[in-house]
Amino acid sequence: MSPELKGFILLSILKMLVVFTVVLVGVALLTLMERKVSAWMQNRRGPNRVGWAGLLQPAADGLKNIVKEETFPAVANTGLFLLAPAMAFIPALLLSGVIPWAAPLPISVDDFGEAIHAGLTSLYLEPTGRFISWLFHLVFGPVSFHGVLSGAVADLPVGFLFILAVSSLGVYGIALAGWSSNSKYALLGGLRSSAQMVSYEVAMGVSLIPVLLLSGNVSFSEIINRQQAGTWYIFPLFLSFFLYFVSGFAETNRLPFDLPEAESELIAGYHTEYSAMKFSMFFIAEYSNVVTVSAVASALFFGGWDVPFISVDPAHPGLLGTVNLGLLFTLLSALVMFVKTMTFIFVVMWIRWTLPRFRYDQLMALGWKVMLPMALGYVMIISTAIYVIEHGLGIESARTQSWILFGLNLILAYGVFGLLDRGRIVSGSNSRTRVPGPGPVAGARRVA
Amino acid sequence: MTSMRTLELALATPSVDASGRAVRAPLRAGPTPTMNDGGDFGAEHMLVNIGPQHPATHGVLRLVVELEGETVKRVIPHIGYLHSGFEKLGEYRHYNQIIPLTDRTDYLSPMANNVGLALAAEKLMGISITERCSVLRVIACELSRVISHLVWLGTTGIDLGAFTPFLWSFYERERVYNLQESWTGARLTTSLTRIGGMMADVPEGFEEGLRDFCRTFPNTLREVDTMFTRNAIWIGRTQGVGYLSADEAINYSLSGPMLRASGVAYDVRKDRPYLGYETYDFDVPIGEHGDIYDRYRVRLEEMFQSVRILDQALDRLQKLKGAPVNVADPRVILPPKSRAMGDMEAMIFHFKQVMEGVNAPVGEAYLGIENPKGELGYYFVSDGTAKPVRWRIRPPSFINLAALPKMCEGVLLSDVIAINASVDIVMGEIDR
Repeated sequence: MSPELKGFILLSILKMLVVFTVVLVGVALLTLMERKVSAWMQNRRGPNRVGWAGLLQPAADGLKNIVKEETFPAVANTGLFLLAPAMAFIPALLLSGVIPWAAPLPISVDDFGEAIHAGLTSLYLEPTGRFISWLFHLVFGPVSFHGVLSGAVADLPVGFLFILAVSSLGVYGIALAGWSSNSKYALLGGLRSSAQMVSYEVAMGVSLIPVLLLSGNVSFSEIINRQQAGTWYIFPLFLSFFLYFVSGFAETNRLPFDLPEAESELIAGYHTEYSAMKFSMFFIAEYSNVVTVSAVASALFFGGWDVPFISVDPAHPGLLGTVNLGLLFTLLSALVMFVKTMTFIFVVMWIRWTLPRFRYDQLMALGWKVMLPMALGYVMIISTAIYVIEHGLGIESARTQSWILFGLNLILAYGVFGLLDRGRIVSGSNSRTRVPGPGPVAGARRVA
Repeated sequence: MTSMRTLELALATPSVDASGRAVRAPLRAGPTPTMNDGGDFGAEHMLVNIGPQHPATHGVLRLVVELEGETVKRVIPHIGYLHSGFEKLGEYRHYNQIIPLTDRTDYLSPMANNVGLALAAEKLMGISITERCSVLRVIACELSRVISHLVWLGTTGIDLGAFTPFLWSFYERERVYNLQESWTGARLTTSLTRIGGMMADVPEGFEEGLRDFCRTFPNTLREVDTMFTRNAIWIGRTQGVGYLSADEAINYSLSGPMLRASGVAYDVRKDRPYLGYETYDFDVPIGEHGDIYDRYRVRLEEMFQSVRILDQALDRLQKLKGAPVNVADPRVILPPKSRAMGDMEAMIFHFKQVMEGVNAPVGEAYLGIENPKGELGYYFVSDGTAKPVRWRIRPPSFINLAALPKMCEGVLLSDVIAINASVDIVMGEIDR
């Protein structure tokens, strides 16, 4: 194995460890954040007993879930019953591997052992550095790396399609959980979930096509680069973002689309029969899906790790100029990506604690009769517009194109939010019948 | 095999068979031609138990739901899990001793139940209460209406998936409970009234606390109004669901907000006034469509109207400062403890009341009051002793619940939960 390949593998493993640790710990902390956000909205304090401001609450919950008794329904299909949480859990975590969490980092190191030695020496840890360097050489031999290290664990050329493909695998876990529990509540939850996720998968996929049209690529890093050169896609593709985000709610089974769980109807839906860590795995899967949806939204529409007004591309300088890639910038961009993702996660929680839940038929009607046609129509309008702008008007600059599309989006958004009356999208299941009035009665007043 | 028709009849109407034994509704729906017992996953219909242990049944109601897909074919409510035999227990108690039993029937509005029982017993005995006492009872009734509707609002929100207004409304409810506690010493089992009067006058600081509540509470209601009334999802879930026409509502003998949402302006406070309600200035909100949304609007508006009544009652209480609360009849009202310990006559009255109770004349009396959930009636049959021969409650939520299967015909499973929530049941009262 060449030193160069060894370096690539070691760095990739390092990235994996960092990303998965951060995502798993982050997901645990998200449960705390959810409870704190809800407490804040409901005039409560939220968890504050375990650790400072309740920070250790997730650890306590996790411990509790690990030591709890595992129960199995008597006539459950045990194999599938055990498999289902894993099938929900694994795709949810896989997704975090292809999202670029930071700006790419150029690295040029001839020998990592020596680099560690030099680095620790500069920190006045010379003997330790010499020892670690010796140990490193002993274990790995010469390791070098020359090139640009991507901010994603795996910067797939088809990263975006990978997200769509793998995220739809999660539904298997849920459907199997519902079926194998041999419980009616779970079965209904599983059925609802499969129908819901399949329907909104379509709307979600179609709603993202304009992004591909505009960027001309399915790789996340390319999409982000294009946004740096032009504008963030939230401006030219505002409706696309709206449709994606709404479908994202449905994909992650969050209120107002949490019908598969629908606490008040189906107890806990597909995971009614699950206990202890198996239940936790569904929970982790749900939260890490929320992270993914938020991260993808920021990557596709808010420039990902792009720091506002600063560009790394000398050909398209930002308002505040251009910077060189480097460790500092990578850390800064990771922070920016974190802030963007957290903003969306907060919005997801905010909506969860605000809105009531859809009914099943309304959900399906919204998915197939509103979201999908809207997304399809939007694809047609945007593709025509892009063709006209590029070939009809001959505008080459990505920024100018974006602002023209932004104007178009403003008009479309007015059409969607202003003209499409909310009451018409979600109407009552039956037409309302007026009961014959009682006539004037002293003190009686109609309110409805 | 019994045909569907007779089976339904048997389920719907428990009756007496030829040998004189009661035919009771079976605990599970009988076999129907479309169902097999071996595993109803494969069959067209699926039986789902909602309750008695379920997050959305508001206690121990059990709904057996027959589903075709998610469409409801039938709903059969099974009640009785909380049966406590209150009516029978009442036959072994003095009239004053029945009051604690009423705390436990509709435990979401205990003070109003206390008032209703005292009024019925006073009607039986021909006692007319003092003016201050009726103002205090009006306050008790309206506070009960507010807390009962707040619980309804919060739990209905949860049933439809909106959690946050639940805690807002429970925050306000806590404030009423604090007032209630300062007045009666109890947060739930208030036992507020006595025959001919009240357990106690309002304590120091109560009026200020209530005025403060009346001033700030509508803000919370308006916040809930903002969250729900024009919310597209809320409208979609509630409008046109659980519809009952005015005729149906009357035929089912519904009362309270359930009846008024169907457009029937019947309110006991207006139509058969008690406690001087005719002298208070308030509106009776009625709906137009008889669906869940209208019930929501009616209950929300009723809370605003209750605040109006409370404001007026507080003004009257101010004017009646120092006026007697209890009737001046030593045979009905216990003498103060200090007098009972030192005064011979007072001690005799104390002894007689505690040992013998308050004798009622031979006869019967029924009195209905407008409870938060509907018309709550108490019916007494007296043989002239201090204990009723028969005590009967007309529980509004029991009668309102009877319309549930009708409202649930052909709706989706989620709607059953919403409709059940809109009835506003409390199992303590249904099972008694």
